[in-house]
Amino acid sequence: MPDVLNVTRAELFKLVRRPAAWTLLAAAALLSQVFGYLIPYLSFAGDGSGPIEGASKDAILASTLPDQIVASTLGGFPVFAGALALVFGALVLGSEYGWGTVKTVLTQRPGRTAVLAGQAVALAMSVAVGVLVLFVLGAASSTAIALSQGESTAFPSVLDLLGGYGAGVAIMLMWAGLGGALGVVLRGVALPIGLGVVWVLGVENLIAGVASSVLTALRPLRDVMPGINAGSLASAVMPTRPPGLESPPGINSDVADGRALITVACYVVVCLAVALWTYRRRDVA
Amino acid sequence: MTAETVVEVRELTKTYGEVAAVDQVSLSVRRGEVYGFLGPNGAGKTTTLRMLLGLIRPTSGDLMVLGRQPGDAGVLARIGSMIEGPAFYPFLSGRANLQVMARYAGSGSSKIDETLETVDLASRGDDKFSTYSLGMKQRLGVAAALLKDPDLVVLDEPTNGLDPAGMRDMRALIRRLGDSGRTVILSSHMLGEVQQICDRVGVINAGRMVVESTVDELRGDSELVVRATPADVVRSTLDQLAYVQSIRSLDDEVRLRVDERHTGEVTRALVLAGVDVREVRRIDRQLEDVFFEITAKESSHA
Repeated sequence: MPDVLNVTRAELFKLVRRPAAWTLLAAAALLSQVFGYLIPYLSFAGDGSGPIEGASKDAILASTLPDQIVASTLGGFPVFAGALALVFGALVLGSEYGWGTVKTVLTQRPGRTAVLAGQAVALAMSVAVGVLVLFVLGAASSTAIALSQGESTAFPSVLDLLGGYGAGVAIMLMWAGLGGALGVVLRGVALPIGLGVVWVLGVENLIAGVASSVLTALRPLRDVMPGINAGSLASAVMPTRPPGLESPPGINSDVADGRALITVACYVVVCLAVALWTYRRRDVA
Repeated sequence: MTAETVVEVRELTKTYGEVAAVDQVSLSVRRGEVYGFLGPNGAGKTTTLRMLLGLIRPTSGDLMVLGRQPGDAGVLARIGSMIEGPAFYPFLSGRANLQVMARYAGSGSSKIDETLETVDLASRGDDKFSTYSLGMKQRLGVAAALLKDPDLVVLDEPTNGLDPAGMRDMRALIRRLGDSGRTVILSSHMLGEVQQICDRVGVINAGRMVVESTVDELRGDSELVVRATPADVVRSTLDQLAYVQSIRSLDDEVRLRVDERHTGEVTRALVLAGVDVREVRRIDRQLEDVFFEITAKESSHA
């Protein structure tokens, strides 16, 4: 156990000094703000020909207010935050192979299980902090909009906030775990990122689209897909949307709430198990 | 295995498919000695060292390091190593890289400055690893190996990529480590290097251990070099001397294995035979000569 803690400390020491980690967080924060607040706000403040069609200005404004923070923040997860988390997981675990530092790390003291466990803990802590940053920025922007428009600055209940935050962390953990496991199994960064992003942004949407329209026999397959379950989990913790606004892309209720949470948790566990199994038994050449 | 044996390897084998990278290698390293692991590139040195550190699982054979199985946390904590080149985080400074390693090892950061000083990197410690020259990276690797104040230091080709001054400093450093009571295992394909700093040597070729002995034993007696003409008379004269143990002709010189007290008699016999003697001197047989002799013998048996 002290070994796991030592590894976690070493990993966090590296992560806070790693430019790539900050770049990913900055990208997630920027995209989250642009799509969650800036674009809706501009549509509201503009001449009415904004990008969001079929919704009243009042509804658009309402979607940016503090009581919609969970929806505004989680709304971006299926489209970009998940992919960024996958990249992050692949970077944290896969880069060690590119730099050849696996051997350096594994000859310090902790055994392989302790090293991977410590890395997983550091990854989880970073993801939790990252999601927190997105929520805090959302809180700041929504409060600013509410104040400037004389609207209510009331946030959801603490329980709803925690539920939203927890679901967000679970979803990001799943994607980061998939990236990390691919990084270990494929011993690198480029291939896991390439495959992962194609999957998240392409293949899964394709399967979901086909399953809901022309080939309903694919639904059982669709319902175990990571992105579909993440979208269902996000939708489970979101408040009722203002009238006339559709759910953000990728947010769905294809899978029942409880099942979505269990599926996401299963992905986290399976990723960890696969990475550990591979890491423990392979020679470090 | 005695208390004085730090590493005990018995019939260690690692095969990749049909190919045996390491084939029934046995060796033992005693406490406090500098052990040279010598062989050409691709002989199986690095694979053997990786198995000592638990990075590679042997196909068969026994392996004990500091009394335990390799890769055990308690053992790794007492070994400082650099295997096949230094590998660190490019976005961190040299010092920060050592801080990371200290955290992994749970060994505290108190020795970092001292260690950077030891490898002469103190002035560049705050520069990024990615800006280091190969020699500096190599020295950081040694610094990381020393950080744990290890009982056993394993260095794989530590002078690779160093300039002559860097090589000299590195050898002096390794010698000091040995003198301070640490056990050092050093792999090298440079025979002169091993000869200068090692107490004992294991020679490996094509995955098989060729010989294991002290440097002195391996080097054997010194040789007498004779440069004289005409060559045929020189050869026939020397052949008649009973106390000459062996003769080999090299280019324009002849090398004899003969006891030092017979040097005068050899010279006299040559002069009396009417030979023009231009040079008679004693040289130590170089490990290089021994090595080629042994490996040539090995491959001709194969």
